[in-house]
Amino acid sequence: MNGNVEQVREGMAPAGRASHKFDWRRLLALVRKESLQAIRDPSTILIAFVMPVVLLFLFAYAVSLDVREVRIGVVLESDAASAQSLAAAFAGTRYLKVTPARDRREVAEQVVSGKLRGFVVIPQDFERRLASPVAQPLVQVITDGSQPNTANFVANYAQGVVQSWAAGRRVSAPPAAIQLEPRYWFNAELESRRALVPGAIAIVMTIIGTMLTALVVAREWERGTMEAILSTPASVAEILIGKLLPYFILGMLATLASAALAIFVFDVPLRGSLLALLTLSAVFLIPALGQGLLISAVTKNQFLASQIALFSGFLPSFLLSGFLFEIDAMPAPIQAITYLIPARYFVSSLQTVFLAGDVWAVFLPNLAAMAAIGVFFFVIAKRKTRKNLES
Amino acid sequence: MNAYPASDITRERGKDSPAVIIDNVAKHFAEVQALRGFSAEIRYGRLTGLVGPDGAGKTTLMRIMTGLLVPNGGSVTLAGLDVVRDNAAIHVASGYMPQRFGLYEDLSVVENMRLYARLRGMHADQHSEIFESLLEFTRLGPFTQRLAGKLSGGMKQKLGLACALMAKPEVLLLDEPSVGVDPVSRQDLWRMVQELTDEGMAVVWSTAYLDEAERCESVLLLNEGKLEFDGPPQELTDRIKQRSFRLTGVSDARRAVLSRALNLRTVGDGVIQGDAVRVVLRADAGHAEIDALAAEVGAQLEPVQPRFEDAFIDLLGGGPGGTSALAERMDPVKLDSDIAVSCKDLTKRFGVFTATDSVSFEVRKGEVFGLLGPNGAGKSTTFKMLCGLLKPTSGKAHVVGLDLRHATGAAKSQLGYMAQKFSLYGLLSVRQNLEFSAGVYGLEGAAKRERIDEMIETFDLTRYLATSPDSLPLGYKQRLALACSLMHGPPVLFLDEPTSGVDPITRREFWTHINGLARKGVTVMVTTHFMDEAEYCDRVALMYRAKLIALDTPDALKRDSRSDEHPDPTMEDAFIHLVESADLEDETRASTKVAA
Repeated sequence: MNGNVEQVREGMAPAGRASHKFDWRRLLALVRKESLQAIRDPSTILIAFVMPVVLLFLFAYAVSLDVREVRIGVVLESDAASAQSLAAAFAGTRYLKVTPARDRREVAEQVVSGKLRGFVVIPQDFERRLASPVAQPLVQVITDGSQPNTANFVANYAQGVVQSWAAGRRVSAPPAAIQLEPRYWFNAELESRRALVPGAIAIVMTIIGTMLTALVVAREWERGTMEAILSTPASVAEILIGKLLPYFILGMLATLASAALAIFVFDVPLRGSLLALLTLSAVFLIPALGQGLLISAVTKNQFLASQIALFSGFLPSFLLSGFLFEIDAMPAPIQAITYLIPARYFVSSLQTVFLAGDVWAVFLPNLAAMAAIGVFFFVIAKRKTRKNLES
Repeated sequence: MNAYPASDITRERGKDSPAVIIDNVAKHFAEVQALRGFSAEIRYGRLTGLVGPDGAGKTTLMRIMTGLLVPNGGSVTLAGLDVVRDNAAIHVASGYMPQRFGLYEDLSVVENMRLYARLRGMHADQHSEIFESLLEFTRLGPFTQRLAGKLSGGMKQKLGLACALMAKPEVLLLDEPSVGVDPVSRQDLWRMVQELTDEGMAVVWSTAYLDEAERCESVLLLNEGKLEFDGPPQELTDRIKQRSFRLTGVSDARRAVLSRALNLRTVGDGVIQGDAVRVVLRADAGHAEIDALAAEVGAQLEPVQPRFEDAFIDLLGGGPGGTSALAERMDPVKLDSDIAVSCKDLTKRFGVFTATDSVSFEVRKGEVFGLLGPNGAGKSTTFKMLCGLLKPTSGKAHVVGLDLRHATGAAKSQLGYMAQKFSLYGLLSVRQNLEFSAGVYGLEGAAKRERIDEMIETFDLTRYLATSPDSLPLGYKQRLALACSLMHGPPVLFLDEPTSGVDPITRREFWTHINGLARKGVTVMVTTHFMDEAEYCDRVALMYRAKLIALDTPDALKRDSRSDEHPDPTMEDAFIHLVESADLEDETRASTKVAA
């Protein structure tokens, strides 16, 4: 650092031997300290291991973008055989859970109270309508419009059930020359869990990387220990790396734990390799940790740090990463913003590595983007952190 | 005992050669001038006190010396190294203990030591030997595995010192090491620092307690970023040697006597000291006026040893006058009962921890009653129960005859409360702060306007009405806080650490108001860190480990602790004596229990 320093101090107190270059022993001492703190602080363990489990369970079970077993009522006002068979067709589908009724008033009340999402009325003159040469609506579908998505689903699906039931009755009709049978790649079952759980890992990593790091560095400023550390010969690089390394390892451990949970408990397939998963996670931690470091370097206050981490780290990874909401469906300006969010690259990579396999053509640009954003954060954080208390 | 830092400093650098050279150093933060450009030298083998009230620039200077801040002008050289150019080497040559000691609370004693040893480049093979001597030196040996967060204030301070002493620094910088540390532990620290300076180390001790300056060999006295004095403390106190007197035999009238004395042209400063009044005459002023006053009130006038704090006030041109404009305007308090505040078997438990353990006392109307004790002794908890902020677990507390448990609201309207650090609203203007406190105490309409105008006039707040309390000078901030707590003219006033961090002149002004209020019959309950302020109180209750261990007049407490070692004990000596005898009692009780 300073050439004449050693000369000046030659022959002086034995303290002069301490080198001002990067020193592994000092770094190790800092890493050890940070690890001890992390292990002893129950909130760290809570954030790193308990919260991921809770989040994964939430996204695996509680949050479902699938529509399955929607409760509807079927009001059978006609006793005709055809009407009975249509009602049976409704009861037979696995997407709907049918409450049979004779009077529409019975079910109408349940729609109001929210127990049912809608009901289908098979009218008294069903037989006559069916036989009528003029096409007439066969059934009446009433849905709960306060939940538009589900309402749409119920309406469409009820339509579908009636149509396929009608098609099945027309035995005389020739079989269609071409039959369309949809097939979904990567997520053949179209289970949202399979797409959500890998995405949730990105959220977990953001929390550990950004939130936890921002908090622990800000804590050092608040408690005055940063001042004490800065007054020792330890360099800024040593202090920063000593801070980040333990959380990097913690982040990787949490990834492994989340992945194990995803694969063995939630039955999400890992079609790619573990190596690819770990590489992606490791590279994603660069921007995540860098962002946390930058936040704490600027705020030096735990409360502010956690708020900024929430708004600049957690929420964007939640909303703008393509984890919950499709990026293609966003307005153009918002889409442009998503390119600045490292989680965007990570979520798509994770979904690929879990559901498709090792597609390096997808990974490489994503890795490059994450690394670039990470380096950007680190450069600013390093500039903002000086070996003194000047702000 | 062979203290650990038997370093080679003395061999290489003669005692009294300069360790730190401060050359015209200046530092400002945005608009605020923290250091206004001064020069001084700090020498090896000496304890140098960096003394001054809060905001004087002590911490800024400390941080510049240890290379954590860059001066805007001038230069500082430490152990021959420029703090800016040779920044990295500074961190090796200096050991620095920041405020709050810079310890990791979730690491154990030995883990903290190991961390700082490694950071300061000590080899592992040296650890055990040096740790042993440091642990012996600090007497932390039995606690090596305890987490730093679970140590008492005094033990934390010793550990912080041990960490700063790693790798044998040549200059040791201690930033306010005595804050939050009880007087007993403070004694220990003085002893340790003494040993270090004997071996040639330069030690800088920054403090806002001016009485600590008297223990230093040399003092740098800062005020508002300026160096007011540089030299041995005796040199400053000697300036008022022929001018310090005590008026004794005025016991009951002492507040009135002080007030009159301070209004004399020839008296620059004065305080109450137990039953007596202590005054400092202005330079070149004759004795005539004070002699006449003494004769008139029938007091004896005797010369006393000068004190550093008095000398500081003298240096700044003397303290405020003796009349409290506030008390002058007040109507005398009328109370039905003679007892203003009382508590019986007052107890507060937080889970298994007992913060206050069956405390009982009574405070008479018009009494100034002090509640003292080390940090964590339970004085704040007791205080908060007495002013209705905490519900007691058991026991009773009454304010002007109202039970705080049942008539909390009515009792609260009878008391004024001034919280620590003034607790004013920074986002409201001075006028809005006044209006707010008038509002919460239920004043309305014309009565409210009148009362606010009265406060503004009394405390001379007119020119600050539109500004935020945050930007007020400390003295005005204190006036405003006092005005807010007195808005509803309460017969009982609770003051929680009202003068911590306040410069001595502002403290004098504050006590002038309190004396005035007490003379009008207002009962004042006060907690304080400053031992000499306990002297203003009529009676002092000393709390230690949740219990009341002593309750008497300041003079009686001092008298009880008189010994061959301390023929004329100070309040602090009395405090140490009482705490030590309480400890001794605990030990004997414990050992008899074991024996039985």
